[in-house]
Amino acid sequence: MESKLGLNFELVNEARTSAAHVAADVQRFIDQHTTVTVERAICRLLGIDGVNEMDVPMPNVVVDNLMENSLLPLGAAWVIGNAILETGKDPQGVAEAIDSGELDLTKLPAHSDSEIRAAIKPYVDATIQRINKNVAKRNEYLGRFGDKQGPYLYIIVATGNIYEDIIQAKAGAKQGADIIAVIRTTGQSLLDYVPYGATTEGFGGTYATQENFRLMRAALDEVGEEQHRYIRLCNYCSGLCMPEIAAMGALERLDVMLNDALYGILFRDINMQRTIVDQYFSRVINGYTGVIINTGEDNYLTTDDAITSAHTVLASQFLNEAFAKTAGMREEQMGLGHAFEMDPSVENTFLYELAQAQMAREIFPKAPLKYMPPTKFMTGNIFRGHIQDALFNMVTILTGQKLHLLGMMTEAIHTPFMSDRALSIENAQYIFRTMKDLGSELTYKENGIIRNRANEVLTKATELLKEIEKLGLFTTIEKGIFADVKRPKDGGKGLNGVVVKDEKHFNPFIEVMKGKVAAE
Amino acid sequence: MSSGLYNTHKIDFDTTLDLTRLKPYGDTMNDGKVQTSFTLPVKDDARGEEAARQIAKKMGLEEPNVAYHAPLDKEFTFYVVYGSCVHTVNYEDIHVITVESDVMSMEETNDYIREHIGRKVVMVGASTGTDAHTVGIDAIMNRKGFAGHYGVERYEMVEAYNLGSQVPNEEFIKKAVELHADALLVSQTVTQKDIHIQNLTNLIELLEAEGLRDKFVVVCGGPRITHELAKELGYDAGFGSGTYGDDVASFVVTEMVKRGMK
Repeated sequence: MESKLGLNFELVNEARTSAAHVAADVQRFIDQHTTVTVERAICRLLGIDGVNEMDVPMPNVVVDNLMENSLLPLGAAWVIGNAILETGKDPQGVAEAIDSGELDLTKLPAHSDSEIRAAIKPYVDATIQRINKNVAKRNEYLGRFGDKQGPYLYIIVATGNIYEDIIQAKAGAKQGADIIAVIRTTGQSLLDYVPYGATTEGFGGTYATQENFRLMRAALDEVGEEQHRYIRLCNYCSGLCMPEIAAMGALERLDVMLNDALYGILFRDINMQRTIVDQYFSRVINGYTGVIINTGEDNYLTTDDAITSAHTVLASQFLNEAFAKTAGMREEQMGLGHAFEMDPSVENTFLYELAQAQMAREIFPKAPLKYMPPTKFMTGNIFRGHIQDALFNMVTILTGQKLHLLGMMTEAIHTPFMSDRALSIENAQYIFRTMKDLGSELTYKENGIIRNRANEVLTKATELLKEIEKLGLFTTIEKGIFADVKRPKDGGKGLNGVVVKDEKHFNPFIEVMKGKVAAE
Repeated sequence: MSSGLYNTHKIDFDTTLDLTRLKPYGDTMNDGKVQTSFTLPVKDDARGEEAARQIAKKMGLEEPNVAYHAPLDKEFTFYVVYGSCVHTVNYEDIHVITVESDVMSMEETNDYIREHIGRKVVMVGASTGTDAHTVGIDAIMNRKGFAGHYGVERYEMVEAYNLGSQVPNEEFIKKAVELHADALLVSQTVTQKDIHIQNLTNLIELLEAEGLRDKFVVVCGGPRITHELAKELGYDAGFGSGTYGDDVASFVVTEMVKRGMK
């Protein structure tokens, strides 16, 4: 593709190199550590599920026990493998025995690493097979129905009740939505466990539980069969349980996952050491399962200014690309994020939005970019809001954005009504249809506003990445460079769930999954 | 489609404005014209359309005209309906409680603080409870502010602490005491199932239980907050949409002076 912007690709290479160095530096830290949710995710993938009498999820029962007995550095795989050898139980049986107090892990003699690995292997293989089947099923659907060309229409449901969500999701899918995201209930990102079972109570969203995933997946398959389209399911692999949600998504065939440590650090005040370790395993899982991740750069612009801070978005996209690469993820799965958030009262902001979107398209040519609609400047004036969303739709079709989160004219007022979604889909379809090839007809003039804007943003992003390379990621965040939000390295939630790994520690799933894609 | 497009009906109502009998205005005084849209959980057919018309009538709309209908799903249909509202209200009798303070600019507020308080005013803000949205508190507090109105962090005479989102009320109060706060700024964006009411009420109850209510100017804000609601819940003021850092700062400092807080 020829650059419409006359971008300086030497700068792009420099920026990419800096980002790779930052990621490599962070990876050294990641490799030395594990966390409670990483180990719980391993438990889940070994088949440990359900809750005990006190409604504590079994993976938490196990990992809390490891924590209390200072066994966490060895990792769940090692400890459970050892317990399998001693007790002859399966992982779920081991978990139940820990819960009942029948099994005291500290009293078990240690078997050799090779014995332990052999004991674990059948359970690892069984899960990998289940995941492979899920991915094969997705591929089969996509083969049969074909995949959507052009932008995926992405809508959210957020009633709090999974059964009501299903009604809304099915209606949305029939109206033309390609991706359904079930927004999580407010506060779930700060829970250090994943709730269990089907849920009907939530605020501003619905709990992400494995059963809710399963119910929604089945509903979307049903409507997809009817519509002869594959409807993708999206949830939130973020917060304090990133890898567990990724594991649940792998088990229930989710297709798209919000997955960004920086977002959790900045906007949920989650400890940076914790979440960067969590992110790594979650991205390995998402990579293997063919999930498209969404990164959260769009959110920077809700607290920071979209005109003056556009380069921080680009810099963060480079970082997120580098982190995804270190987790073995393919570019086709990197839904790098940005948003249409410039002040509508400022002249030429549409041109700047266009420049930013086209720039992201050219710098990350294979990435299915995730483009977020206006939120910050949406008001109670729903009529203007509908037009703002129309302009946003135009940028997407002109610049080939892929995951197109539909704007709702009632954004500033309430979670969408069924009719809001329908109007929004109609708006997008109208623009995508009538302007389908307009982008390929347009060139932007040399030294014009659009080209100059893009090159200015790229130059600033490259400079910023060089600075970040010197400072390191953690210090950069401490200084408030992203989103104008400062977070201390030892602050925030979840730090007490991070431990240095023992040399015996192993993660059998990273060993199988990293750098590979299931069913290929 | 619409028979009302070129309306040549003779006007058979009084077109003089009577504020004791106020009605919506379309293009003629007292025509009562209203547009509304809604969804009914029925299929899109003539019977559904009639149902929409009858709903509109029960809403007080005379001669309802279903201008548009389209299916959203097999059993859900969207309607856009026009009609003339039969109801009136007595405007003369309406009295609304609003925040009564003259809004000052940032510099005026700084000068006011220097002159009347003589030290920096400490404002502590947060999006409390389970609310994860910082957009409201950021608009009021961040240096850049919102829509050209600076946030209180930029005020030279204000020491501002934005605690961010999902701050439990207990922690909020603890922090406020630690920081010797003069004013507490609470933002509530999520209002589903009226969770904001419970949360706002809880904060005041906690403050009262600890005998701290009088130590602070306590204000709240958010898209569904009105001054009247805030007063009802025991707050000093409430700020809805379209209010900014300068509205909040002006209120806080004048209230402090009024209460003799120094």
